[in-house]
Parts: sequence; C-alpha cells; structure tokens
Amino acid sequence: MARIDVRKTYKLYIGGAFPRSESGHSYEVTDSKGKFVANAALASRKDVRDAVVAARKAFGPWSSRTAYNRGQVVYRIAEVMEDRRPQFEEAVRQSEGASASAARGQVDAAVDRLVWYAGWADKLAQVVGNANPVAGPFFNHTAPEPTGVVGVLAPQQSSLLGLVSVVAPVVVTGNSAVVVSSFERPLPAVTFSEVLATSDVPGGVVNILTGDAAALGPWLAAHMDVNAIDLCGVAGSPELATSLEVAAADNLKRVRRAPDAEPDWAAEPGLGTMTDFIESKTVWHPIGT
Amino acid sequence: MAFEYAPAPESRSIVDIKPSYGLFVDGEFVDGRGTSFKTINPATEETLAEVAEASEADVDLAVRAARRAFRGWSRMSGKERAKYLFRIARIIQERGRELAVLESIDNGKPIKESRDVDVPVVAAHFFYYAGWADKLEYAGLGPNPQPLGVAGQVIPWNFPLLMLAWKVAPALACGNTVVLKPAETTPLTALLFAEICQQADLPPGVVNIVTGASSTGQALVSHPDIDKVAFTGSTEVGKAIARAVAGTDKKVTLELGGKAANIVFDDAPIDQAVEGIVSGIFFNQGHVCCAGSRLLVQESVADEVMAKLKRRMGTLRVGDPLDKNTDIGAINSREQLDRIRELSEVGESEGAERWSPACDLPTSGFWFPPTVFTGVTQAHRIAREEVFGPVLSVLTFRTPAEAVEKANNTPYGLSAGVWTEKGSRILHMASQLRAGVVWANTFNKFDPASPFGGYKESGYGREGGRQGLAAYLKGAQG
Amino acid sequence: MPTSATTDPVPGLAAYSEVTASDASLRRFLHGLPGVDQVGAEARAAGLGTRSIKTTAKAWALDLAIRMVDLTTLEGQDTPGKVRALANKALRPDPSDPSCPSVAAVCVYGDLVGEVKAVLGDQVNVAAVATAFPSGRASMDIKLADTRDAVANGADEIDMVIDRGAFLAGRYLQVFDEIVATREACARPDGSHAHLKVIFETGELQTYDNVRRASWLAMLAGADFIKTSTGKVQPAATLPVTLVMLEAVRDFREATGVQVGVKPAGGIRTAKDAIKYLVMVNEVAGDDWLDPDWFRFGASTLLNDLLMQRTKLTTGRYSGPDYFTLD
Repeated sequence: MARIDVRKTYKLYIGGAFPRSESGHSYEVTDSKGKFVANAALASRKDVRDAVVAARKAFGPWSSRTAYNRGQVVYRIAEVMEDRRPQFEEAVRQSEGASASAARGQVDAAVDRLVWYAGWADKLAQVVGNANPVAGPFFNHTAPEPTGVVGVLAPQQSSLLGLVSVVAPVVVTGNSAVVVSSFERPLPAVTFSEVLATSDVPGGVVNILTGDAAALGPWLAAHMDVNAIDLCGVAGSPELATSLEVAAADNLKRVRRAPDAEPDWAAEPGLGTMTDFIESKTVWHPIGT
Repeated sequence: MAFEYAPAPESRSIVDIKPSYGLFVDGEFVDGRGTSFKTINPATEETLAEVAEASEADVDLAVRAARRAFRGWSRMSGKERAKYLFRIARIIQERGRELAVLESIDNGKPIKESRDVDVPVVAAHFFYYAGWADKLEYAGLGPNPQPLGVAGQVIPWNFPLLMLAWKVAPALACGNTVVLKPAETTPLTALLFAEICQQADLPPGVVNIVTGASSTGQALVSHPDIDKVAFTGSTEVGKAIARAVAGTDKKVTLELGGKAANIVFDDAPIDQAVEGIVSGIFFNQGHVCCAGSRLLVQESVADEVMAKLKRRMGTLRVGDPLDKNTDIGAINSREQLDRIRELSEVGESEGAERWSPACDLPTSGFWFPPTVFTGVTQAHRIAREEVFGPVLSVLTFRTPAEAVEKANNTPYGLSAGVWTEKGSRILHMASQLRAGVVWANTFNKFDPASPFGGYKESGYGREGGRQGLAAYLKGAQG
Repeated sequence: MPTSATTDPVPGLAAYSEVTASDASLRRFLHGLPGVDQVGAEARAAGLGTRSIKTTAKAWALDLAIRMVDLTTLEGQDTPGKVRALANKALRPDPSDPSCPSVAAVCVYGDLVGEVKAVLGDQVNVAAVATAFPSGRASMDIKLADTRDAVANGADEIDMVIDRGAFLAGRYLQVFDEIVATREACARPDGSHAHLKVIFETGELQTYDNVRRASWLAMLAGADFIKTSTGKVQPAATLPVTLVMLEAVRDFREATGVQVGVKPAGGIRTAKDAIKYLVMVNEVAGDDWLDPDWFRFGASTLLNDLLMQRTKLTTGRYSGPDYFTLD
C-alpha cells in the first residue's frame, strides 16, 4: 500500500519566523497540471502590516553593516541554495511545468544571480558614487545609500529566478524587503524563505508573503512606512499597476514600474535593479586648517 | 557711536521691463490664447508686467514645437550642443547684472544674493553641463546614452533663474528639448532667459517657456507627448504629479519640501555655527526647500548659542532688495506671507516662545522679520511643517543618538547640517542622517558638480553633478 | 587723551585665576575654547567685505578711520627728522582742511619716542614698539628694559611682541608671564601705566585657532589691546584674523566685563579696506568698539588714501597723490 504522504501547509516568513497568516486563511497550490501540491498561507493586509514592521526594524542594523558583510551574507544564501538544489528544482518543475533540465537551468541561474549580486555589495558605491570637484574649499562626495523598506511584488511567472532577481538587488544594497510571491507559484518562494532562515540573513531583512499581489499590493503601495515598491508582479495588468503607482504617491515611494510583460530573466540585469532603490547622499565639509 | 549705513541701491536702469509678455514658443515670443496675469514687485506691490497665462492649447503648441525640435537637437553631435550651452553660459555672465537686478525686483530677494549666488551659480550650471554634452558615454550611466525626448519642467518662485538652470542645462546637454513653466509670481527672468536663447541662436523649439499658474503646470505635466517631468516645488503638488504620471512611461524627478535639522554639538566652532544657522534659515528669506529650519542644539551650549544667535540676528538688515546692504528682502507673495504669519501664530499659541530683533519693516510690500522660536518640541507644528520663511524653530538634544532620532523624525529628507569639530562624529552623523545633502560645518552650499535631492517625501532623483544626467537619459543606471 | 589705568588686578579676571595658575590649566582652558573653522571664518569676513558704504556713511567712516590710525614708521633708517615730520602729519593730516581730525597715535621705535613727544605733546599719543620688536627673541631682562626705557621717554602706549616660539611650543604660561611682566614694566611712577598692546604676529601663528587662543591668553594677562602683526611678516593683518580677534574681545567682555581693544596692523593700505574693517567692528564686536580707544589701524600709507577719499567726498572730484604729503 502506498504511503499516505504528509500534506503540509506552508507558512509566511516574517521577521525571521514562520507564522501562519494572521487571517488564518490558506489556499491550495497546484502544479502546472492542476494537481494539488500543498497549501500555502494566504497573506492578509495585516500580514503586510506585520512584515513592514519587521522590515523597518531590520533596516537600521542591516543598512549599517559593512558592504563586505552584506556581500558575504548574500553569497551565503547562494551557498545554502546550492545545497538544496534538488528541492528547488522540484519546486520549479512543479510550479512552472518546466522539464527537469529547464528547472535545473533556472536554479543554476538563480544561484548564479545571487553570487553576481553578492559581489556588487562593496562595488556599487565605487561605481555610482563619486567625488565632486566643487568650486570652493570643500570636500564633497556622493555615495549611495539604501532607500529603506522596499515592497516587492515578485513576478508571477518566473517563480525562482525572477524572485531572486528582484529580491537580491534590494537587499544587497542595504534595504529590507517585504516580498509578495507569485500567487500561483509560491513554492519556490517558500523554499527560498527556508533558505533565508537557515543562512545568515538577519530576521526581517527579507519577509516573504505568499498571496495575491492584486489583494496585497494596494496595502503595500499605500503603506506610509514603505519607501519604495517594485511592481514587477503585476506586469501585464496595467490598470492595477497604475492604481498601485497612484497609491504609492501618497508618501512618494520610489516606484519601479511594472513591465508590459516579464523580462527575460536570463539576461544580465544591469545596475538599474539596484540603483532604483538607492538614494544618493552628498556630504560637504570645509577644507581648512 | 552708531555706524549708520546710508542707502546703497543698485540701479535698476539696467533692466528693461516690458509692459506685457507673451509665451516663448518655437524660438519666438507669441501671444497666448488664454488670459494674462500680473507679476508684481513684492517689495513695493507695484505691477511690473502683464504676462500671458498659457492655456492647454498653448501648452500643446509648445510641446509640439519641442517635439519637432527634438529630432534635430538630439541628433546634433554632443560637441555642437555643448557649444550652444557654453554660449548661453557666457551670455548669462555678460548679462549677469541685468539678470540679478531683474530677479531681485520680481522675486524680492536681496541683490547681494541674486548677484553673488543665484546668477553666478546659474552660469556655472550651464558651463558644467555644457561640458557633459559630448561626454555622456563616459558618465558611467550605461552604454549608448540616449535622450528621453521632450521634458516638461515646472519650477518654483524661490530661485526662479537658478531652478531654470538646474532643469534646462542637463536636459539640453543630454539632447532633450524642454517646455518650462516658471512660477506664476516670478516669470520675468525666465522670459529674459528666452531672449538669451535667441541671442545664442539656439535652434527654435529647443527651449520653450510657457508662463502661467497651476493649471498651466497641470496641462504641461499631463500632456501625453512629454517624456519627462521635472518638478521643484511643494510636496503636495509633487504627489499630485506622481499620481498624474502613474501608468505612463514618463520619467519623473521631484525636488520637494524639507524640514532640515541643523545640529550643533557642544564642540562646534560656535561662531561659524551661528553663521551657518543664520545662512541656513535666513538665506533667501528662508524660501529654501533645504533651509535649516530646525535648529537642534546640544543642551550644554544652548544658552551660549542662542545668545550669540540673537545678537547676530540683530545685525541682519531687512529691507529694499535692491539695496546692496540688505540681508533679508521681501517675502515673495502675500499668499506666502499669510502662510508664514499663520504658522508663526500657531507656534505662539502652541506655547513656543517667539523672538525677533527690533527691525523697521517697510510699510508697503510683503515683509516678515527674522524670527526664532525657542522652547519648541517635536510635537509643535512649526517643528514639523515647512514654513518656507525666515522662521527658525529651536529644539535641544543631549546625545548624538537623540540628535539623529529627532533629525530623522520627519517625513522629509532633503538636507541636514552638523556642527562639530570631531571628525569621527561628523562621519557618523553624516551616515545616520536620512537626507540627500548633509552639510557638515557649513550650510546652504550649492554647486553644479554637487548632486542635490531628497530622501522620503522630499522627492526623488538628483539634480546637479554626474547623477543629474541620469534624470535625462534613457535607462540610465545610477 | 593719554590713557591710563591702574595695574591692580581687574575684578572680572579674578574668576580666571585658576586658569592661569599653571601651564596645564592654561593649556586646558585655551584648548577648550571653541574651534574656528577656517572656511567659515573667511566666508564671514568676505561677506562683511561686500557691504557697500556710501555717501554720509562713507564720510563718517573715513573720519573715524583717520582718528583710528596709529601712524607708523618702524624702519632702521628712521631719523629724528623723519619721525618729527610724521608727528606733524599726525596732528594735521590734511593741512588744507582744518576739519580733518588728527590720528590716534604715532608709532615708532622706543629710542625715537622723545622726538615724537616733543612735537605731539598731549595732543596725539606716542606709541613705542618694545620687547625686542619684531622678533621678540631676547632675554626677558632686555625686553623689560626696552619697555621701561620707552615708558620713561614718554610713550603713552607700548606695542609688545609675544614670544611666538614659546607660544607655538605650547609654553603658554611663559607667554602669559611675559605679558604680565611687560604690563608691570609699563607702570609709571605716578601709578598710571602706559597702554599695553600685545602683538601676536598672526602670520606666524598660522591658524585661527591659535589666534583665538593667543587673544584669550593676552587678555587674561591684562592686555589693553590685542594687535595682529608687526608689519614685518607676511601675511600681516587680514580681515578674517581680525574677525577672530573681534569675536574674542566681544566674548571676553561678556565673560569678564573687561573691554579690550583690537589693532590690525600691516597691509591695510586703502580707505576701502579700512571701511571693511570698520563694518566688521560694527557688526561683530558692536559699536562700543567704534572708537579710537578700542580700535586702531597700524598703518602708514593708509592715511593718505583716507585723505584722498575724504577730499573726493568733499570736493566731488578725484584727487591725486601730489596733493597729500609724503612723510
């Protein structure tokens, strides 16, 4: 007789812990063929609220770490992911209906992407910051700083590579993130949160909510303690994207607009993914004796 | 013996103000299709000129002109574009006195500032960005830098010509064309700048200037054929613009309000700190988004700093903007004066102690004495809201951590000041303050090479420096 | 108007007796003074320099500046004839205009005091440089003898130099003691004393922090005036150095109740410059200092430019150097 499997209800990842949704709701996750795979927590607006609190609390210490250390922490995520490749491959295969080799390719690319971003931690300031030769006896330089708490609506299609590609640039630059995963394909995100919990990422730096971007997005976009938002997860829904951008204006969030369609995640991202969520700070000081 | 400075007025005969002005579209001054409005001298309330109020149709014509001009301008080699900008810079220097006098007449700012700050920095801005026009691929903002297209630019009344320069110079250097709307109360130097564009033989349509009030501005930023919105002004309008462009591909930079903390530690160079406090809040009548409007002074030196500050405030000369010895000129408009008065009255009614030095204010025009409020707490409205006038709120703190906490406890994040002779503390404070510009042992310094712009509700994007190019290039990273 | 004061300790200074009790405490005190940011101080001085002083204000300022001049000659080639001529000029700077005021003092080397005094009498002060001017490099006995000699010859004012070597080496108490001793050497038999001006040679002190410390050091030691320079070292007086000294006398009076004068010397050659200094006095120290008792210009060629500008104002036309005496 076949063994009865233990069906699992996955939970949210907030402040380094795995709570159930405050609402108590969960939803059925199916594979690409519609077969039941697991239950995922259905995050509510109150989970958004809690996640923002956790992200804000984590922001100060995380942004104060040395860039070298942040790079190490992000690299460590890649290491732990590498260890759990089969689990990720399975999740991607189930979620995206990908062949085993395609799923493997996605996982490879996701790990490589983390390594790529990890290396940027202590280089970005050198590339986008500069000394400014002002016309006076002043030391003047400009350096990037993280913008704060970033809401990330992760892509709906690319459940792992897309997810990693939107989360890594946010956190490697010193921001903290509240991520809403792909609604229909949340399992790679759930596994990713388990990786985060077992790597060196401080609790609250990345918070992952499984749920509906259309339902949670408005709360995140309107939240006055969120500094920026990436609308990638509502690509292809221009009306929703527009309404979120309007809501984001309430506290002048930096908005990374939703593309018309999900981009080719395999392409090298460029710096824009990071520079969209940094602030340039310019410091003046007189030069004298 | 008292040293009474005799009046030393700058001659206004150098400026020739016409009775009425049209719009500057496609290289020519044209009549608007809408109504007109008066621009007045805020120091006397005399009407200076009638200015056309651009209608939606006028704005559309200007955008079309800019679109037509974009083709040629964007394809012109950077080296040629640069020469136009250099030309403009040089003409601004040559006509500097004229621009300064006109700016002071229309805006109310002291000639000392328009002459020594505004106009020289305007010229410097054009020189700076002129040099970038043929070097964009070296700016490190991504491969093959390309202009965005037509930029709609809306600027405020506090630094009319300087804000024009901040907007126009980088836009043109990157190969964009512009439609610029100056503020309703200060259109005249922008119109003189239009003349300078003609004098420089700038191709028609590259710069278009549409005067008007908020409806003109709305028509411009919501025009479907502009690719970029650049706005400097209030946070409220900035938010409205952010909503208006939602769902479009328009690139946006917003430079908005502030409530900067100017933090004085007990080991500060006190005399220079007092100067920094004074220039921080009384420069340009306090009509400065990055003004150091919240003085945070360490309790142990609060009495000494306040005594010195008050004595110093007693030497500030308020009056005729064209007098070369005037330190504080006229408030730009009755509307702004009303707001300053209202918030000052709120400050008093909330229990803060108000002080101004004895000073005789002219009987006509809009005036407000340099004012300081002590006994202010974070809960007072004058400690939270932007007054945009010569009004300083003074709070005290005990430790660096408390200073950081209070400084950052605001939705704004444009600028901050720190005064201490301890190097490591400066660097610590600079890193902890959530503000786009941190002035350490100085304040209110501006330079075209130095990026400027805010965190949080003070807006986004940077103007000035290499970073300022990113606002006008496609896909620019950084 | 020869000035005199008692050599008794000033009550306001009593509170500082512990400060000057030891090298260590004096050092702690001087290094505890607020720092001076060079760029900020220079920007403030430059800002004050943009004041536009015209018409009636200019006329008033020019006359005041003339009254503040310490007409100076400090050359090896000075002769009795030369200094007598200078003394005559001091009395009547513009012989063609009786409304033109006299200068504040004539400043010479100590051995020529008698010659000058013979011309000036009590109408204009005689100031003598002393204490091994300009270098200050001599033993204390010599410096004091130099001072006593000048006072005995009738000097109303003594312009001493500090030992910059001692100051820069951090031996503040030595500098303090030398000023105290020189002040005592300024005493006259009748109990009055010659006014003591203390020259820092700010061009050698180099930093504004040092200028501020030297100012407080000298004031605590009983200086009646603090003075920038000997005129023998470049840079001599500058606006920012004078700014720092004016801030010091202002703060010192606030702290002790004792008012001390300021004398920039050397390098001030034009009326325009002199007026910038007066604006600075007015706005930094306040109008209590706008008086020859409290502010002086150590200068020689300045006087003729002041006279030329004065003539321009009264006649409405530009004058030329031929119309003013070269002494």
